[in-house]
Amino acid sequence: MKVSIYPGCSAHGTAKEYSQSIEAVSHALGIETQEIDDWSCCGATSAHSTNYKLSVALPARNLMIAQKKGLDVMIPCAACFNRFKSAQHHLEKDKALRAEMESIIGAKFTDGISIRNPIDIIANDIGFDALEKKVVKKLEGLKPVSYYGCLLLRPPEVCEFDDYENPVLLDKILTACGADVKKWSFKTDCCGGSLSISRTDIVAKMVNKLASMAKEAGANCIVTACPLCMGNLDMRAEASLKMPVFYFTELLALAMGLPGPEKWFKIHITDPMPLVQSLKLM
Amino acid sequence: MKTFLDEVNERIDGVPIQRCYHCRKCTAGCPMAFVMEYNPNKVIKMIQMGKKDQVLGSSTIWLCASCETCITRCPNEVDIARMMDVLRQMALESGKGAKEKSVLAFHEAFLSSIRSGGRLNEPMMMVNYKLKSGDLFSDMALGLDMFTKGKLSIFAPKTKDVASVRKIFERTKTA
Repeated sequence: MKVSIYPGCSAHGTAKEYSQSIEAVSHALGIETQEIDDWSCCGATSAHSTNYKLSVALPARNLMIAQKKGLDVMIPCAACFNRFKSAQHHLEKDKALRAEMESIIGAKFTDGISIRNPIDIIANDIGFDALEKKVVKKLEGLKPVSYYGCLLLRPPEVCEFDDYENPVLLDKILTACGADVKKWSFKTDCCGGSLSISRTDIVAKMVNKLASMAKEAGANCIVTACPLCMGNLDMRAEASLKMPVFYFTELLALAMGLPGPEKWFKIHITDPMPLVQSLKLM
Repeated sequence: MKTFLDEVNERIDGVPIQRCYHCRKCTAGCPMAFVMEYNPNKVIKMIQMGKKDQVLGSSTIWLCASCETCITRCPNEVDIARMMDVLRQMALESGKGAKEKSVLAFHEAFLSSIRSGGRLNEPMMMVNYKLKSGDLFSDMALGLDMFTKGKLSIFAPKTKDVASVRKIFERTKTA
């Protein structure tokens, strides 16, 4: 299948291991990706917190570029995914806003393409059986909890994806890779998101709770699909509670025997190598 | 004359917030309630009572992390997450600024980076944030660790047609 991809700003910086692993895994699963031409930032929390029209216009500019190609857009970053879905939702239901945005941006908004995240595409288009067939090294001994956070799922009528209180697709993807996925009740709890820098004290309390609950569930790592969740869990939990955090695509690449994991794991702040090596996964 | 309640409802453009019957599901599920001055359902009541200065001057509206748990669970479909956005925007437009100064400094640094390059440049944004917030020394060791590991890219590619992004900022300007 062919999709447009919107990498998002963190793809070149703090989340480069996510971006590189999504490219590797997509290629191996036969998902052809084409980067949206000359994309710009979605505005993230900072735009919607301070200026509604700006928060619609920034993703809309990219949506309008993507619509010319007519391909569905895959958005790995949960935050970008949420902003695009939200902008599309507003533009579809509010005709006056749509006209105003078209005039601000200088392009037409057309219906017809879907905004999707890679969990959805891998689970629903590729499928668990096909995925399992690509696994060359089962992730035996890995006991992850899957952590969705907020922005992939809420609000449900905008995100239109998975069960919004107890999502399961990520669990199934990891199970297909041979991991012993642990159940826990904190899949959709908030990590503090963009308060990471401005109110580190609050975020630290939130991720400490998540990390200790993961431990209590019997997990030896946390798996995410969001650069903000990754950043907060990887960097802000206190030393005694820290455990390795992975992007789910890094683990897919590991299970599928693709090159890259060694390079990606080196840039994690909480070093996952001791765990990976003790389980003889690398 | 429009009341504070009218203004907020108009800007949310959804279910009127007075539909709230204070079941406190929003507050029970709010991950930030533990640090908030006023709980989410209390903010609704305060808006109904016309307590504009207190609401717009509160830390609550800036500590909301936009996790959207409240709107997801509200039995009356009151869009509290959107209400928090609206209140933040009204606080800025009224010239009141933000009680949580560091949170606003972060948003300003973030948006100014996008305006200048079309995409976020993380290290530049951090420098800008530190200058705006005056919080110069936090995260220095972490920043160095990230830089050494190659997690930060000073020369991340920009949007070529950055003029089109700046035009969006110009044309959507509010305050």
